Amino acid sequence: MKNDIKHHITDQMLMGYSAGTLPEAFNILVATHISLCDDCRAQLASYDSIGGAMLGADNDALATMDTGSLAAVMERLEDCPAGATERAPSARNNTVPAPLSDYIGNDLSGVKWRNIGMGVRQAILPTSADATARLLHIPAGVAMPDHGHNGTEMTLVLQGAFQDDDGYFARGDVETADADVNHTPVADIHEDCICLAVTDAPLRFKGLFLKIFQRFIRI
Amino acid sequence: MSTREKAEKRSLWVDHMVRIHTSRDRAAFAELYGHFAPRVKGFLIKSGADASLAEECAQEVMVTVWAKAHLFDASRASVATWIFTIARNRKIDALRKQRRPEPEELTWGPEEEPAQADVIALQQESESLARAIAELPARQRALLEKAYFGDLTHSEIAAQTGLPLGTIKSRIRLALDRLRHAMK
Repeated sequence: MKNDIKHHITDQMLMGYSAGTLPEAFNILVATHISLCDDCRAQLASYDSIGGAMLGADNDALATMDTGSLAAVMERLEDCPAGATERAPSARNNTVPAPLSDYIGNDLSGVKWRNIGMGVRQAILPTSADATARLLHIPAGVAMPDHGHNGTEMTLVLQGAFQDDDGYFARGDVETADADVNHTPVADIHEDCICLAVTDAPLRFKGLFLKIFQRFIRI
Repeated sequence: MSTREKAEKRSLWVDHMVRIHTSRDRAAFAELYGHFAPRVKGFLIKSGADASLAEECAQEVMVTVWAKAHLFDASRASVATWIFTIARNRKIDALRKQRRPEPEELTWGPEEEPAQADVIALQQESESLARAIAELPARQRALLEKAYFGDLTHSEIAAQTGLPLGTIKSRIRLALDRLRHAMK
């Protein structure tokens, strides 16, 4: 088992992913991290089992099925032969885990990057509008501008590493920053850093130039 | 129904799934439907679907249960949990009109029947988790229901200080340890 991952998904995010209430952009990040992290995969299974326990409980949420409902369903079963028992092969050594490759392709070389200054490049993923997922390519040793958060920002490292006041984040690690966090992430000097960053509200930059600029890069 | 009868009832669903998978047993499916379809429909209504959409989706969920019965693994989830994940995905698809990115599947080695001891352990733990949730103070249980069956956003979940995560997580620690062990 490969688990050098030190920074994990928060309980709240795992629960939201299990309940199915997160925006699509966060779902991509959570599913990508879990593809790399057995601890969070096991945690997710336990959150799913909470959902199952509540679904299975005798509660006041039972609805009455329509008349003829069972007969209609039984009718449709004709069309479904018993399935085979194959399982999807694992592709765990890919740089881009499957939930992310569905959006950007199988390797990072095919990403359509756009320069946003200081050598930093980004690519915004096509998701629902309630949150934004972007790939960031930060040259080795480059610092991102100091910024705060109006909502939640989650950053998952795919390649290289970055450092800020909260620690050192390498492949598979996730940093979750809320409104009370201000940080200046710096890419590790040894390799360009590529990460998946998800936000549900614009970041807060200091300085008028960045404030104007951010409208153009939707960050 | 006594607690013991309830426990027997729940482990019954595993047998139902086996019968559905191995012999395409329609009688077993009809019983499973009788228990779970009204629950799935109720879940979807609580999540914001109107009655006719909830009916339609609940029917589709049950057809999926039939079609994907071979993917159910009683050493990894209870029947209720497995059906919950199918219903949740249907909810995201139908109500929120979004794709649901799923983690990569693990390779679990050559396909083989799960060990009976693992099945029993998982099903017993699911049972004790259900009991722990049923015994939570009403306010905590209501919050949990809102997080799963209402539509609390992640920031709203984070703001809920009364969510009994600690209580629940201590109950499922054993299940977690075992899952981790199984994945190594």
